[in-house]
Amino acid sequence: MKKTILTASAAAVALAASAGYAAARDQIQIVGSSTVFPFTTAVAEKLGQGGQFKTPVVESTGTGGGMKLFCAGVGENTPDFTNASRPMKDSELAECKANGATPVEIKVGFDGIVIANSKAGSAVDLTKEQLFKALAKNVAVDGKVVANPYVNWSDIDASLPATKIEVLGPPPTSGTRDAFVELVMDEACQDEVKAANEKGCGEIREDGAYVEAGENDNLIVQKLEANSNAFGIFGFSFLDQNADKLQGHKIGGIEPTFENIASGDYGVSRSLFIYAKKEHVGVIPGMAEFIAEYTSEGAWGTEGYLADKGLIPLPDAERASVAEAAKALKGMGS
Amino acid sequence: MTDIASTIGGGADRASGIHTNDAAKARLRGRYAAELRFKWLGAGAVALAGLFLLLLLSTIVTQALPAFRMNYLTVPVELSAENIDPANPAGANYLGIVQDALAAKFPDVTGRQERRLLRGIVSSGSGVFLRQAIENDPSMLGKTVEFSAPLDDFSDLYLKGLLAKSAEPQALNGVTVSAATGDVDLTFADDTVARLARGAGATDDTGVLRLTSSAASLFVDVAGGTVKLTEVGPGNTAKGIVLEALSAPVSAPAGAVLRTITTPEASRKISDREIVWLDNLKAQGAVESRWNTIFLFTGASREAELAGIWGAVVGSFLTLIVTLAVAFPIGVSAAIYLEEFAPKNRITTLIEVNINNLAAVPSIVFGLLGLAVFLNLFGMPRSAPVVGGLVLALMTLPIIIIASRASLRAVPPSIREAALGIGASKVQTVFHHVLPLAMPGIMTGTILGMAHALGETAPLLMIGMVAFIVDIPGGFTDPATILPVQIFMWADFPEPAFQQKTSAAILILLGFLVIMNAVAVILRKRFERRW
Repeated sequence: MKKTILTASAAAVALAASAGYAAARDQIQIVGSSTVFPFTTAVAEKLGQGGQFKTPVVESTGTGGGMKLFCAGVGENTPDFTNASRPMKDSELAECKANGATPVEIKVGFDGIVIANSKAGSAVDLTKEQLFKALAKNVAVDGKVVANPYVNWSDIDASLPATKIEVLGPPPTSGTRDAFVELVMDEACQDEVKAANEKGCGEIREDGAYVEAGENDNLIVQKLEANSNAFGIFGFSFLDQNADKLQGHKIGGIEPTFENIASGDYGVSRSLFIYAKKEHVGVIPGMAEFIAEYTSEGAWGTEGYLADKGLIPLPDAERASVAEAAKALKGMGS
Repeated sequence: MTDIASTIGGGADRASGIHTNDAAKARLRGRYAAELRFKWLGAGAVALAGLFLLLLLSTIVTQALPAFRMNYLTVPVELSAENIDPANPAGANYLGIVQDALAAKFPDVTGRQERRLLRGIVSSGSGVFLRQAIENDPSMLGKTVEFSAPLDDFSDLYLKGLLAKSAEPQALNGVTVSAATGDVDLTFADDTVARLARGAGATDDTGVLRLTSSAASLFVDVAGGTVKLTEVGPGNTAKGIVLEALSAPVSAPAGAVLRTITTPEASRKISDREIVWLDNLKAQGAVESRWNTIFLFTGASREAELAGIWGAVVGSFLTLIVTLAVAFPIGVSAAIYLEEFAPKNRITTLIEVNINNLAAVPSIVFGLLGLAVFLNLFGMPRSAPVVGGLVLALMTLPIIIIASRASLRAVPPSIREAALGIGASKVQTVFHHVLPLAMPGIMTGTILGMAHALGETAPLLMIGMVAFIVDIPGGFTDPATILPVQIFMWADFPEPAFQQKTSAAILILLGFLVIMNAVAVILRKRFERRW
């Protein structure tokens, strides 16, 4: 008898929970990219510290997962913002539109992808072509496409150290990996490889020279510290925060510094975005204020707190125009 | 061992049976040797496991300990009407007030970059603490009061000795300094400084040693100020920049001290200037190390020095309450029915097989189920402990059912027969006699199931509990996260101070698990009956 009462009460708890939720949501929900996550959380916290609104809930679901949740429709069960480490795809925009959601695109800054190793290791000056030769699954040797034969860095170019090629990087599910493939592998792709296989450029070798080190960039940092011959591929903010242990390498002669990425000189950088759901502004409290906080000079400016966290600001003129467009809530595709 | 073998063999030598001939003795020796080998291998395995456990625990504990202390800066803050408008206290710049109070301690700092650096020594959350202090005690308004603000994470790490290594300070005699501020020339009585500079990695430029940012930093503390050496030589002379103004130019043999920060400035996240300011504040007694109450009693934060574990602890607690409220009654009822009442037929056998299989299903599958059923079908809120609790309840149900059935089965049939024999009904037999005897076993199984649930993250990923949540949850439907998720997220942040927080959070999670397992052991020992 006692048990039935307990069971019934548990069911009641569950029911009460769903009933309570029918009331208006007063807290912003944000999903999306794990790369943008550290920046959006900082802004969310600032908004909460103001005391006027509850601190938004920020989930790290990955760019693709975030888009799916975001575009699922309009209403309290769907998130208000999504973070993205790439622009929204046409197919995603179409899905959003089909479900009645109008995304407002806000470009918030840049993220550099760096090649780094332990300070105990040697500093090198790489080119994208050398990186392609070191990491591609198939490369062209004497005009023929063969499985990557390079074992040591010095096999690629005599100026590079005579150590084994050992690169720790993100797995295929990561946005950092997508961006790396797009910005380095595709760009420096050899014509023979492209001719042999349209998708061959983006294929990364699987013979042990490239080690998939998981989504956690801190793990890569720790492994690099332990092995001074290994190189790592990760986001600039991790190099910035671990400047005491790691050194970033020049790519095409340009050093991965804050200034070089901001000016666009450093070749391996990508844009970061947040998308707001226009239909939710004014319904969920604090959305306009969240956008205003994100696009304020104190946050995303050259000396704002997001720059301290490793976000590379947009050029001054672009910041002004993006902030303007964000304030006006200019929806995409309308 | 072999001694015993030989005495047994030796004592029976009068009979020349098959047990005493040489072949038998050899076989016996072999068997004893095998036993000995096995014992040593077993002991070795235990020792190895213990060693790894010790290694794991000692790494976590040594990493975690610094996170439990925190450095606070105490400064006199001016809460005048000019700074805080009594009519509109919310509009005041509280962080600015704290930073101004800090800047007032170093009036010589004027450059824009330098001022920014100096103001960054205190945590950016100091303003929030000051506002809360005033809200708690409005009588502070209009006065100048001593206020303790937490330091920024890098300043805090430096004071804990985790950011830069420094060598033993050395006394210097016969130091002269040409001026009290700006670029100065120094002379020394002997070549101690030149020797140290050479050892510190200075670059030799035709007799002059240049101390660049990739060499160790050499500071001369003299006449209440600090000079950073930039060039040493030729001979016993040097050039330097005054980082902290001297009371007067020094021209007589004075009690100077040479300090060396061996970690080069380029390889650390804290500049020479910040080091001098922090050491100065520490010498003044304005910096104090306290128990880190922020870590223990606040919610998550993106600033390492402000991040706390309490939000996750409350979230874990709320989630486990829901799990227990759902899984325990259902699990025990199911076990009682299956064990005591259900007929043994194909259907119950099928159910039994399925329950056993469910116990081995990967936990992420339960998360997907939760997403599909609780969120999408029932429309329950994302990130809520009630949904997390339900998902974890589904996951622990099979464990509780299996444990409960095992302990019900362990109650001897004589108890049931005696109860039935004196006229008790089947329900009376079960609830008055069998269940109380089986309870210790059921409770142990339940607590272990709960401990298992406490450590899960995968199923909660799908229902949005892997999220950055600052507010401490106040109910079952408020957004919340849980301890293992908090650990996972902190491990992923780039700031080095989060590494200590991660280890400290692991210690707290381990603490909870140890307590839960200890309760399970105590319950078993106290109430267990043997027949």
